[in-house]
Amino acid sequence: MQRLRSLIRKELIELRRDPRLFAIVIVAPLVQLTLLGYAATTDVHDVPLVVADEDRSAESRALVSRFDASQNFVIADSVSTTAAIDAYLDSGRAWMALDIPARYGERIRNGQPVQVQVVADGSDANSTNVALGYAGSLIAGYNRELAAAAGRGGGEPLVSAQVRVWFNPQLESRFFIIPGVLALLLLVVTTNLSSMAIVREKELGTLEQLNVTPLARWELIVGKLLPYALIGAVDVLLVVGVAIFWFEVPLRGSLALLIAMCFVYLLTTLGLGLFVSTISKTQQQAMMTSSFFFMIPMVFLSGFVFPIENMPDVVQQVTRLIPLRYFLVIVRGIFLKGVGLETLWPQALALAGWGIAILTLATLRSSKRLS
Amino acid sequence: MRRVLAVAMKELRQVRRDQRSLLILLFVPAFFLLVYGYALNFDIRNIRLAVQDDDRSTASREVISAFVNSGYFDLVADVVDGHDIMGILNRGDARAVLVIPSRFGADTAAGRHTSLQILINGDNANTATTVMGYAVGLVSTVSSRYEIQARIASPTGPLLTLEPRVWYNPELRSALFLVPGLIAYIAMLTAVVSTALSVVREKEAGTMEQIRMSPIGASAYVIGKTVPYFAISLASSLGVVAVSMALFDLPVRGSWVALIACVSLFLVGALAFGVLISTIAESQQVAFQLALLTSFLPTLMLSGFIFPISSMPVFLQAITHVVPARYFLVILRGLLLKGVDVRVLWVDILSLAAFSLAVLALASLRLKRAWA
Repeated sequence: MQRLRSLIRKELIELRRDPRLFAIVIVAPLVQLTLLGYAATTDVHDVPLVVADEDRSAESRALVSRFDASQNFVIADSVSTTAAIDAYLDSGRAWMALDIPARYGERIRNGQPVQVQVVADGSDANSTNVALGYAGSLIAGYNRELAAAAGRGGGEPLVSAQVRVWFNPQLESRFFIIPGVLALLLLVVTTNLSSMAIVREKELGTLEQLNVTPLARWELIVGKLLPYALIGAVDVLLVVGVAIFWFEVPLRGSLALLIAMCFVYLLTTLGLGLFVSTISKTQQQAMMTSSFFFMIPMVFLSGFVFPIENMPDVVQQVTRLIPLRYFLVIVRGIFLKGVGLETLWPQALALAGWGIAILTLATLRSSKRLS
Repeated sequence: MRRVLAVAMKELRQVRRDQRSLLILLFVPAFFLLVYGYALNFDIRNIRLAVQDDDRSTASREVISAFVNSGYFDLVADVVDGHDIMGILNRGDARAVLVIPSRFGADTAAGRHTSLQILINGDNANTATTVMGYAVGLVSTVSSRYEIQARIASPTGPLLTLEPRVWYNPELRSALFLVPGLIAYIAMLTAVVSTALSVVREKEAGTMEQIRMSPIGASAYVIGKTVPYFAISLASSLGVVAVSMALFDLPVRGSWVALIACVSLFLVGALAFGVLISTIAESQQVAFQLALLTSFLPTLMLSGFIFPISSMPVFLQAITHVVPARYFLVILRGLLLKGVDVRVLWVDILSLAAFSLAVLALASLRLKRAWA
């Protein structure tokens, strides 16, 4: 036990001696959280729209003002011919163009059907898709009013949809992203640091020295990982605090359970870092391996931004191997749904199993290499 | 010139000796593209739907089949009378629940107003918005059918219709819009991270002192050091473009010369940024964390790659102006997907050039000071 304590002391001294590193592991997560909290929104509003109004009647102006009044669109400019919209879309000054044909007003007045065209820039497919949806529902709503005014039915629809959104009624994408950021930051900070910890000793040649000390294998590993677990714990508290008090993400479930699950998750991130360090020779290799082979695929395939249910079946099966996937379900469940272990036990079990497996594997590998 | 070459040869030899890193730099980007191109998209289909049908009439079954036949919804559960809807949404068994009230059939037949209830799991706001759009659209189609039956609405169809047309990427395929972002972020990883690490490694290993003693000047050292990484990054960027052309029919509508020139311009800035980081960091750990924080993360988050800039708060929009990937993405999308002339993109190209030059100047200034 005493040997363990002195090893931990050595690690902490090394951490403290590098003040930049210390600042980075504490400050960086906060900066990242703030950035992500504000930037990571998939909501689309203020889509710049260029209007080609070839009619210039009272009716066409009424339609344009509909778009203008909507929060989802901003009128970037008005032109008088269809051809003129090309330049706006090419340069990206507008993402969408509304083309109102000549004689639009006349046809509306006479109750004849008329078609308006919306041209969208598909080079940002996601935003375009959402913006097209907005345009569609705006026109549909306007249609009902026109029909009602013309005495052709409309008004209240016979069957109306009564939509209720649970867990996040204002549909704030922030509430979805920020609990995910907690998971992401822990992964980035702890896996990176622990993957480099042992490799650095290898590179500097001091690992040999540690090997000839009476330290047992498990003592070496625990002593190496504990300081990083400590940093991870500090990061957990900081990030959870900012999420709740600054971003006002509702914490509907139990705080104790959240913290406990964070520690289970730390087992997997630290174990992964340790595993990477057993298969790497240099720090550069360790970093490249952990970020390219593990972290980035995990971030993309875990459901952090891209929903798993949209992925092809094969890939969905692959995502089952990713611990981040389970942890995301857990944090989002605790934060937004307020559920506990009675619902989350399958994910919690999977996460714990993963952590124990990777730690065992890494310990076995390191003892084989070093003995 | 000979000195530059000597440093470059040494660096290349070092890169070659570390085969895993070389492999990562060259092939993994293309491999990622494959995974991302096929796996990642925001297109929402196969939404798991549970139904609570309190009416069990022909009309209610018609509503359910309208949902299922739309292709967006998969019926996963049939809920009997208020039983455990909470549990279904909590566990994530279904993303949406459709509740059809009793007397729905009778009401629609008699032309009386009625409503369908739709409960949506809102945890992912983006998905929920789309699901809501689909559901409301389906209900309004159902409604207009009954309105015509009940002779409330005229059967000629709506007065005003919308004809949507999508340019540049008509099928709205996510792969096409991800490619430019991927190129930017691969360049950031290979150029910024590799350069920073390779310089700091010499500091850590103590070989920096030896090089400083040699007759190699600071600029010859930096150029020699960065040229191999420039070549590698350019190769993997073009590799990504080639793979996307072969697999996803990525159209390169603009000029290749302009494309290569702009990628190079971006890479110069990224390499200089790597050198700048190496003048600040003393250990590889710090260098890597700094690179992640200052270049990798902004490229991913603040460039418009995934999250639209126009939806960000104003102060963040201001910050995006110093993220070079922002301009680079506009240029890439312009050259690859839109096929516009470089003259249309001159503002973005100038901004990118200004960034690259500024970073280059700053890096050489700091390096000169450290060298002396």
